[in-house]
Amino acid sequence: MATQKTVSATGNAVVADAMRQCKPDVMAAYPITPQTTIVEEFAGFVAKGRVHTEYVTVESEHSAMSACVGASAAGARVMTATSSQGLALMWEELHVASGMRLPIVMANANRALSAPINIHCDHGDAMGARDAGWVMLFAETAQEAYDNTIMATRIAENPAVLLPVMSCLDGFITTHSIDRVDVLDDESVAEFVGEYAPQNALLDIDQPVTHGAFAGLGGPFFEFKRAQRDAMERSREVISSVGAEYSELSGRPFGAVESWGMEDADVAIVVIGSTAGNVRHVARQLRAEGVKAGIVKVRVFRPFPYAELAAALSGVKAVAVLDRAESFGAEGGPLFLEVRSALYDAETRVPVAGYIYGLGGSDVRLELIERVYSDLSDIAAGTAQPGGFVYLGAR
Amino acid sequence: MAKWDISRIDEWKGDEFPLGACIPESGNSRDYVTGGWRSERPVRDDAKCTQCLICWIMCPDSAVVAAGEKVVDFKLDHCKGCGVCANECPADAITMVPEGCELPEVK
Repeated sequence: MATQKTVSATGNAVVADAMRQCKPDVMAAYPITPQTTIVEEFAGFVAKGRVHTEYVTVESEHSAMSACVGASAAGARVMTATSSQGLALMWEELHVASGMRLPIVMANANRALSAPINIHCDHGDAMGARDAGWVMLFAETAQEAYDNTIMATRIAENPAVLLPVMSCLDGFITTHSIDRVDVLDDESVAEFVGEYAPQNALLDIDQPVTHGAFAGLGGPFFEFKRAQRDAMERSREVISSVGAEYSELSGRPFGAVESWGMEDADVAIVVIGSTAGNVRHVARQLRAEGVKAGIVKVRVFRPFPYAELAAALSGVKAVAVLDRAESFGAEGGPLFLEVRSALYDAETRVPVAGYIYGLGGSDVRLELIERVYSDLSDIAAGTAQPGGFVYLGAR
Repeated sequence: MAKWDISRIDEWKGDEFPLGACIPESGNSRDYVTGGWRSERPVRDDAKCTQCLICWIMCPDSAVVAAGEKVVDFKLDHCKGCGVCANECPADAITMVPEGCELPEVK
């Protein structure tokens, strides 16, 4: 195991520190709440000479991701960070980055999308980009945000993957709260991520290449998309092996899904991000009262770990899925749709209840989680049915 | 450098396609014939032409052919008929002529 130092720091501070330790060649970024302190802190590292990164200040997130695409195509290790409207403004370049197979690492501080304008946490921004071809990691805590950033670099740059990775942390709750974090020493991180060996780098003058060519009019566009799908499928194994290697280095476990109490659970909640802490707390209390409550936290959303999720939920009598994002007009939030689909091939049909919660930073109080477990107990007992479109705690 | 062989492109499978739709070769725009986009063709009057070479300098597609410091021809495989040469010519020696008028009627 590596030498580690325990610090008290915000999620954003340790994400910036993880990025410094990964030594990107280029960062192109634009500030947006609640991500700003990541790029601000990183700019400080550059100014003080603590990292030798070409820091490109741009006039918008559209330009930030465009500059990242250009720098990555040139052959650089590239990182950036954004949030909410910024991520939305990057939308077209997100697809360019994944289609060109550029291993850009981006932190996303999850924040609601306008309107009405709001700066607080929900997952609507990231979920809106879930089909953009990026590997997507989610953190519950500042510690996980730090760890995910370092693993993201290795996952993105793996020759079998070469896809961009979005590393998400909950706006304000994780980005701005001071948390206890164990930080690896610089040398261990440098050794873990290694040197980036780019393929088809524009700056490699001995092997001239063209990036961004046309593949329409009967061209092989369809085949390139299939190749992207194959890379995303291959990333499952890479995420798992990078996670195992990182666990050995850090002493912290990593799973695409992480379960608590699922060995004998009757009722289970599936959740992403910081709310997993609240859910685990309630589940622990309910266990003391004799309720067999469990929790499954999803840490990798793309590629979606459907097999792991189905395995974790096998044997439960009722499942609730908490979505911190809407998919208006769909049968539930994005996570609900994935979870129910993952359970379709299960031998026994498990009732799945969907809940929308915490949009725009709406408070996630413990009694709301207790209510979900109580609903689940009723569903498991056969005295109630999943309610459909429940806005948890809305007036 | 060996030419990138795409003769079997219609039979390529999976990993035979280059990563991220990258073209592992430079200088291949000359293989890409774009003259078919043209609706007007430049015609040069040798009597008016002063051989100032401004058309050769200005052509965005490098489709003006010069030899021995004189304009000799247009590469119609690449000329898109934009008319920049005619517009820039200080001697009015280049005229844009509608393309396709002399084609036989399609039955």
